[in-house]
Amino acid sequence: MTGPVVQALLSHWRRHWLQLATLLIGIALATGLWSAVQAINSEARSSYARANAQLSVGQLDEIRDPTGYISLSRYVDLRRSGWQVAAVLEGPVRIGDRTLRLMGVDMVAYPALPAMTQLEQSDTPPEPSEILTAPGRLLISPDLIDLFDGRDDLPPILVSSALPPEFILTDIGVAERLLNRSGQISRLVVLPDQPGSLPPLSEIAPELERQSPTSQIDTAQLTDSFHLNLSAFGLLSFAVGLFIVHGTVGLAFAQRRGMIRTLRALGVSMRRLVWITLAELIMFALIGGILGLVIGHLIAAALLPDVAVTLRGLYGAPVDGQLALRPLWIVSGLAMALGGTLLASGHALWRLSRMPLLASPGLQAWGGQTNARRLSALSGLALIIGGLIVFFSAKGLIAGFVMLAGILTGTALLLPAILSVLLAKFVRRAKGPVTQWVWADMRAQLPGLSLALMALLLALAANIGVGTMVSSFRLTFIGWLDQRLTSELYVTASDNEQADQIIDWLAPQVDAVLPIRSIELAHETGPLFLYGIIDDDTYRQNWPLIASNPNVWDSVLKGGAVLINEQLARRENLWPGDSLMLAPRHTLEIAGVYSDYGNPTGQAIVSMAMLDLVAPGAASRRFGIRLSPDRATEMAQTLRDRFDLPNSSVVHQAAMKKQSLAIFEKTFVITSALNVLTLGVAGFAILTSLLTLWTQRLPQIAPVWSLGMTRSRLAQLELLRSILLAALTACLALPLGLILAWILLSVINVQAFGWQLPMHLFPADWIRLFLLTLLAAAVAAVLPAWRLRRIPPADLLRVFANER
Amino acid sequence: MLLTIDRVQKAYPGGRPVLQDVSLSLDMGETLALTGESGSGKSTLLNLAAALDGFDGGEIVLDGVALSSLNDPGRAELRRQKVSLVFQQFNLIPSLTVDQNLSFHARLAGNCDSDWISHLAQRLGLGDLLERYPESLSGGQQQRVAIGRAMAAKPKLLLADEPTGNLDETASSVVLDLMFSLVADTGAALLLVTHSQDIAARLDRRAHLANGRIT
Repeated sequence: MTGPVVQALLSHWRRHWLQLATLLIGIALATGLWSAVQAINSEARSSYARANAQLSVGQLDEIRDPTGYISLSRYVDLRRSGWQVAAVLEGPVRIGDRTLRLMGVDMVAYPALPAMTQLEQSDTPPEPSEILTAPGRLLISPDLIDLFDGRDDLPPILVSSALPPEFILTDIGVAERLLNRSGQISRLVVLPDQPGSLPPLSEIAPELERQSPTSQIDTAQLTDSFHLNLSAFGLLSFAVGLFIVHGTVGLAFAQRRGMIRTLRALGVSMRRLVWITLAELIMFALIGGILGLVIGHLIAAALLPDVAVTLRGLYGAPVDGQLALRPLWIVSGLAMALGGTLLASGHALWRLSRMPLLASPGLQAWGGQTNARRLSALSGLALIIGGLIVFFSAKGLIAGFVMLAGILTGTALLLPAILSVLLAKFVRRAKGPVTQWVWADMRAQLPGLSLALMALLLALAANIGVGTMVSSFRLTFIGWLDQRLTSELYVTASDNEQADQIIDWLAPQVDAVLPIRSIELAHETGPLFLYGIIDDDTYRQNWPLIASNPNVWDSVLKGGAVLINEQLARRENLWPGDSLMLAPRHTLEIAGVYSDYGNPTGQAIVSMAMLDLVAPGAASRRFGIRLSPDRATEMAQTLRDRFDLPNSSVVHQAAMKKQSLAIFEKTFVITSALNVLTLGVAGFAILTSLLTLWTQRLPQIAPVWSLGMTRSRLAQLELLRSILLAALTACLALPLGLILAWILLSVINVQAFGWQLPMHLFPADWIRLFLLTLLAAAVAAVLPAWRLRRIPPADLLRVFANER
Repeated sequence: MLLTIDRVQKAYPGGRPVLQDVSLSLDMGETLALTGESGSGKSTLLNLAAALDGFDGGEIVLDGVALSSLNDPGRAELRRQKVSLVFQQFNLIPSLTVDQNLSFHARLAGNCDSDWISHLAQRLGLGDLLERYPESLSGGQQQRVAIGRAMAAKPKLLLADEPTGNLDETASSVVLDLMFSLVADTGAALLLVTHSQDIAARLDRRAHLANGRIT
């Protein structure tokens, strides 16, 4: 019995191939955009895990000094008392125009590294003495070969594919020289085999702390917020795609009601029909899912290189730009396609299972009734209120996203009711019969188009919201760069001695020399970069303070207070008047909080004297030069010539800003791409809705035609109707988008990255988006309008035929 | 003569003839019943007379205008100004209220007379239904709205295609009485397609179509 039933049900799709294509494309787009984001996330996480494995990070206990570096003498103390530890010195190193991560390890004691094993097993294994004795060797990842080509000033290189990208591994002695941190150790790795009776750490080195692998903050944790943001956007795209699936399945089921009644009348049980329909949906979900995975892989492959740059720039996270095909990704993508399809079709399937055998078939009954609209509006209100309750009771990033989801989906569900009320008002106020009919007909079309319009509302709101967030961020960032990058030239000397020579030479010739000295502390609040500054008007006049005490600069420069960045302030709820312990005997009052974009970590500024007191030995190779801007180019060349500095060591302010902005723009490449794709999916949803509604339109259009309206006029009105509906939706999307922007700027950004941004409005962008929406709606309606204009009178007459 | 149909021919796209050399005429105030079996071409002839469809040969002249000379906008203009239609399926505009449906054709034609429409509404017993939508009306009520819409435009020619085909006997009788009386009052001509000999007997003349020919 099943064979003929399947054949009958599938025959619907043969006659409605466009509907089938729409359904499959809807599933494919939903799955594709979601899977693209997941592919990027899983590739990034896999890179972090691979890097950890390649460097033996996060596997063993570590010993750190919360206030900075561990001294060589402490290391010796621990070794002498029997502690089996391996020293690690790491930090950023500038090679050419790139900043790379360098890790120096005690090659003899450190656990076996895959890169070393690989080299030892190669055809030409290096001699251990080559690596351990001067000048040593630099083990680099293959992507860096070109960068090191011809660099005679550096130790020879050994290339290993068992290293993270943009990474240098070397012996700790070489690292000391390259990082200019002689006698300093970043952390000590506690080796697995320790003697039985060890003196406790608190006796030998009370200032040091032992951390288990689970308590160590790794890259994956640092980048969680970034990946969560991407996932949220992917989920939005997924939801927009599911609107297409929901609409298409609903219509297909409605159109098959007559057939289903006939099958039931012929003796097919409802249970069998439901199972067969479910199997049919699963089949379509899998086909659409496979198509979606192909789309997702292509999108992810196109976007991953930019995401990798962003993650390296923001977090120093080692992400490979190559995308691998992972079985788990395929399985989870198909599961999402399946789950999403069943979720979007659940209502239609439930109604099918409840359909009485003898009730009259009708398309109108399937959806769009007043009760359904009321239910949808009430659900919308409940979602909005629910989202707000969750956020205000739980706070946090996840709660922020729950509120965002509640407001977005809630407003989308309210849309049909809002449009219906608006259109009813327009009908009442319309003067001419055609205008009145157009408004009334639009209202009548709402049930069929509401899902597509909801998708459009979400896509537009996301576009306005994310666009406002990015543009506000850009504007703030540019202003912030102007405040932060005030020196006309930035110089990086080869070592501290050369820096001193240059500063001595420069002092009488320029307005000011501003040292840029910092040290990374393993602070109790997480990694903390401590900077030292000298007394100069540049800071007093330009530094972007967002909260401060009176006489903030005087108190900081006298050594009695500290400035902290916004991230640290918000994360730890520390504000002017509170105290911050930089080291056991150095607790300072917080005198001000400054905005600091582009890094998620904590930062603090003290006077230069205080920096030397808290963390002696901070490198002093970098500094900024204040001088008349028209002398900058000449001075840069003079410095390069006189001190034999490479071009990349003397950088103009404009070049620094350009470089910073370029990184900023790359950060939002994936956001912009997902934005455009989501809008495209919404446009497609309108097109498919109009096309699938086409057959239902004739009974509404034919009477008007018979009363004396031409087909071309009706076609024009069809086009106008689509544009007007899109325009109304776009008008409603604007306030929703601005609410979204405010939540992103004031809630999500604060929770995810620790900074709050002022919101700026960009009306020109809205007008552009509005016009684009009208264009998309017009394009979507062109085909139905063209079909209407060309429809033979015989097809319209069929509406009036008695036998219809 | 208001309507002259002269040796009109019409074939389906496959070439099968529907109407062959059909001729008839109708004057102002005159009523004509067009009878015939299913598929005999009655509705097709009605559609041709309403300028809803084109014909392959012959000529139809309505109020002095040869339909073969009209393009699409010309045909639409003719439908707005001179012809009204009543269908078996009512074909009201579902998105408009009864009141809006009643006046719709007249407003399209640019000759909306609100007193006349109020009079029609009262006479058709629609006074209490004006704010309702077609889907909430019975078949008889819907057909009364359709007749009201047709007559509101004060057409010269009313074309009705099985107007009581979907109604029970009582409703049919009421609808027909109202239609005939309104036609008589306005002086319009009526061409009515019907299967029923009883209904046909109530009109001035009758023509019978068989196999696409008037017999």
